Amino acid sequence: MANCAPLRALAALVVLCFIAALSPQAIAQQPSSVNPNAQSVKEGELLKEVQRIQGRGSIPDTKSYVLQQPAGRDWRYFHEVTLRWIGGIAILGMLLVLVAFYLIRGMVRLESGRSGRTLVRFNAFERFVHWMTAVSFIILGLTGLNITFGKGLLLPLIGADAFSDWSLWAKYAHNYLSFPFTIGVVLIFLTWIAGNLPTGNDIRWLREGGGIVGHKHPPAGRFNAGQKLIYWAVVIGGGLMAISGYVLMFPFYETNVAQMQTAQMVHGIVGVLFVAVMLAHIYIGTIGMEGAFEAMGSGDVDVNWAREHHSLWLEKKIARGQVKDAPPPAGRPAPAE
Amino acid sequence: MARMKFLCDADRCIECNACVTACKNEHEVPWGINRRRVVTINDGKPGERSVSMACMHCTDAPCSAVCPVNCFYTTADGVVLHSKDLCIGCGYCFYACPFGAPQYPRVGNFGTRGKMDKCTYCAGGPEQDLTKAEYEKYGNNRLAEGKLPLCAEMCSTKSLLAGDGEIIAQIYKERVVKRGYSSGAWGWQTAYRETIAT
Repeated sequence: MANCAPLRALAALVVLCFIAALSPQAIAQQPSSVNPNAQSVKEGELLKEVQRIQGRGSIPDTKSYVLQQPAGRDWRYFHEVTLRWIGGIAILGMLLVLVAFYLIRGMVRLESGRSGRTLVRFNAFERFVHWMTAVSFIILGLTGLNITFGKGLLLPLIGADAFSDWSLWAKYAHNYLSFPFTIGVVLIFLTWIAGNLPTGNDIRWLREGGGIVGHKHPPAGRFNAGQKLIYWAVVIGGGLMAISGYVLMFPFYETNVAQMQTAQMVHGIVGVLFVAVMLAHIYIGTIGMEGAFEAMGSGDVDVNWAREHHSLWLEKKIARGQVKDAPPPAGRPAPAE
Repeated sequence: MARMKFLCDADRCIECNACVTACKNEHEVPWGINRRRVVTINDGKPGERSVSMACMHCTDAPCSAVCPVNCFYTTADGVVLHSKDLCIGCGYCFYACPFGAPQYPRVGNFGTRGKMDKCTYCAGGPEQDLTKAEYEKYGNNRLAEGKLPLCAEMCSTKSLLAGDGEIIAQIYKERVVKRGYSSGAWGWQTAYRETIAT
């Protein structure tokens, strides 16, 4: 042990010399003031380049690795301002138009009266599909509008607790009724596609106002151009609602927040327009036209109703022998076809 | 009244995740939810920076604006809190939040969200201060005890600052003057519509 001491002293001396030799060099290499940020990431630049700052984290929740995405502010403006305007104008505007139309035009009457003979327009399966979709749609529409307009219209009336309870159930109803609605849209698409492809008669029907605006009765097959428009609105609108809705219902399954914001915007805009279009559909199917509700109610329509509104369809039915033709009852004007 | 803010000095954050752990422990945050997290940008490359992020308690908070049931409120200290009794778990605050703060326990089928959970700035919720009901829903109410958020209080490098916005901004400015560089107050422009001039 004793002869270790000089060795240690020697080692210390060597180290000291080494440091002494190095340090002037080291000092010379260091700039007077170090900026460790010369290469560092800058928040402002990152946000300018991309709309979101993303990094790496150490918790399993990978979506938390997004540090910042200020795009939420734009989405907020859409949800709080833009969507309310679009929805308000579309829905209230449609209601105003319908009220005005009812006051001016009134119910579209059966001009040749009832013949007393009926034929099947929609069978039980078709009516089931229609009403399953319709009931789902009405509940989906009301609970959906609640999310956008509820806190302004309903919350002040019933208070925060009651509104929150209702909204929670509305959310569950909205989520779960999406399934019968989506199935209904698919079945509607498949069941009625044959009668809803555009034909040459549609242009004439639209030009003549479909017998709704004027008093003409342009010829139409099983579905007239107006009904075809409703059909395609349901198929395309319903499809968009279903896709965007399921994207929102399954958060972070293949989507990020920006994509969910887009999905919500599609869902919101298509939703309020869908409600507006369906208001018109409900109007013409109930108080807007005599004899129309029966088609979806009992499924049977009067032969004269068919003659006035779906002449080509009736002719085909007669040709097939599915309905007996008879002149319209005497004393009444012939259909204005 | 003070206007409470968070400030993460990214030049000091060493990504130790102690703030994350402290928060989870202090509030017994449910499994799968992190009220605070540390994100490293440009990981492994020269100039990488780590930032500890939670709810920033924004001025004119977007979550509060978009909430369909108005369950958010801002306290006199500028802390953005929410009521889990009113929350319906719709997820809209998450779409609006620039910082990914709101999180939802998964309670059912599909993506069914439970009541939203987020950083409370250690200030509890609408319940009576320091009650069991408040603790179970929102965690500890340190502000009511006269203490600042635990994440910042125990930060080993004092990277994460919490307190009155003007005071923590002043501390940060002095640091920057002394050391001569700064990578900015992350999130301040987005959350508070202001930056700290350095």
